[in-house]
Amino acid sequence: MAWYSETTTVKKNSKKELWVKCKKCQSHIYNTEWQENHNVCPNCNYHDSITSYERINLIFDENTFVELFDNISPADSLNFVDLKGSYKDKYEANIKKTGISESVVTGHGKINGIPAVIAVMDFRFLGGSLGSGTGEKILQAANYAYDNNLPYIVFSASGGARMQEGALSLMQMAKTCAGVARLNKKNIPYISVLTNPTTGGVSASYAMVGDLNIAEPGALIAFAGRRVIEQTIGEKLPDDFQTAEYLLEHGFIDSIVNRKDMKAYLSNILSFYSNKSN
Amino acid sequence: MGLEFENTDVLIEEQKMTDKQKSNKKELTAWEIVSISRHPKRPVLQDYLSLIVDNFVELHGDRYFSDDKAMIGGFAEIGDQKVMLIGHNKGKNTNEHIARNFGMAKPDGYRKALRLMKLAERFKIPIVTIIDTPGAFPGLEAEERGQAEAIAKNLTEMASLEVPVICVVIGEGGSGGALGIGVGDKVLMLSNAIYSVISPEGCASILWRDAAFAPDAAEAMNITAKALLKHGVIDEIIEEPEEGAHSDYKAIAESVKKAIVKNIKPLKKLSVEELIQHRFEKFSGMGKFSINQSATSR
Ligand SMILES: [Zn+2]
Repeated sequence: MAWYSETTTVKKNSKKELWVKCKKCQSHIYNTEWQENHNVCPNCNYHDSITSYERINLIFDENTFVELFDNISPADSLNFVDLKGSYKDKYEANIKKTGISESVVTGHGKINGIPAVIAVMDFRFLGGSLGSGTGEKILQAANYAYDNNLPYIVFSASGGARMQEGALSLMQMAKTCAGVARLNKKNIPYISVLTNPTTGGVSASYAMVGDLNIAEPGALIAFAGRRVIEQTIGEKLPDDFQTAEYLLEHGFIDSIVNRKDMKAYLSNILSFYSNKSN
Repeated sequence: MGLEFENTDVLIEEQKMTDKQKSNKKELTAWEIVSISRHPKRPVLQDYLSLIVDNFVELHGDRYFSDDKAMIGGFAEIGDQKVMLIGHNKGKNTNEHIARNFGMAKPDGYRKALRLMKLAERFKIPIVTIIDTPGAFPGLEAEERGQAEAIAKNLTEMASLEVPVICVVIGEGGSGGALGIGVGDKVLMLSNAIYSVISPEGCASILWRDAAFAPDAAEAMNITAKALLKHGVIDEIIEEPEEGAHSDYKAIAESVKKAIVKNIKPLKKLSVEELIQHRFEKFSGMGKFSINQSATSR
């Protein structure tokens, strides 16, 4: 079975605009500087989205990443149609647009020489939503880590469960957590990295049950949406509500790590797990 | 793509069945079933407690913060089975609805549920969960205390519980708030209950930009027991009396009791390894996706 593909070619942002406007501080940054900084604002440290492959390049040693389970893509099992058209048309357009076949890219590689299995969600693909294909890839990657006794790292970036798959998407929460449960039983390290945004059904499943939950600065991490909560309680919420910093303060994440430091941070953590000294 | 938990409004209003629905045997629409599942007279957990549960010993509190009255639990006898019974309880009148937060549990509720499940596991007591919630509570303190973490932890822990787990969706199976006690070896569902990733109103307001399209969203999302059985999300449908569970409490309670007892017995014969392996395989198989362009179902 062709689980493997060749080392993935990394797709670079080919946009040629000279300036990028930071979504947070509104400053204009040279595009080249923005990209060299991996979509992090040099002015305010806003961590903008990056693609799965850009992330993988940042984390894994050069030419070590082997993609797995990239033959999995969505299926429109409910024949879902809303006002804007069919789910099938929507995900097919997303496959074309992004060049990836689901909202997560999975594989294994080395982080400063330490082997690990990784799943990296891509917010460009249907808002990183958790569909059956997403859940399948995250579970398969967990199973690969389980079978090969390798640490598992998941980078989340998701608006939540994928409504167009109805309860099947909801069940992906249970499915992925079942994979995590098996890793726990076998004492295989599982590190969850929450990036902007990690909300809804993804926050309420695999993203929040890492042995370690790490977040990028400023990431929105939430179960319910701000607007819904404001409607429920009838008042405005504080500005930092549901940010990575807020969650750190309330005890739900271990650390906030800048994108540029993430690789060194992860390999340092993994070195403790693989410590065989006397 | 918006947050899938937006607009999980609680629409508990008088839903009158039309004469046509009453007299006609034709299949109900998804939206008609939504109305029945939210019928103000629909039996809730406390009705089942008084009708089919003997010797209920309620246990309170999560040991961390509070006793969430939206989620109750305790030792219970159902037929000849001694179980740990855990479930959402909506309450039966306005005062109770408010006291029990319309069955919308906070993290405290999910943590209480997990505490009781782990207790049951230690003493080899089968677990029965009763699901009936519009969703987990979307409030400031719920977020502050880790609603997402509480549900995620339950999903993870339930996957490897060493005792049989039976889940019964009796009314509304609202999203993560339902699934938070819904990872079972057998998932049963009343014929007019619903189980969904988001409320029809919430889905409509995001994908149709208007909550008034909720009937369309309900249809599109396949939220009925019949559709979910077909898609492998649930294992068995418990048939309600023709006019809905609210028309005959005794009849539906008796059916629920029979279904629970019938499903527990064979599970008790499995070894712990078999039980956990079967549960893992059951949830591993959830969902449909494509492999190399060709759609597959598994
Ligand atoms: Zn900035």
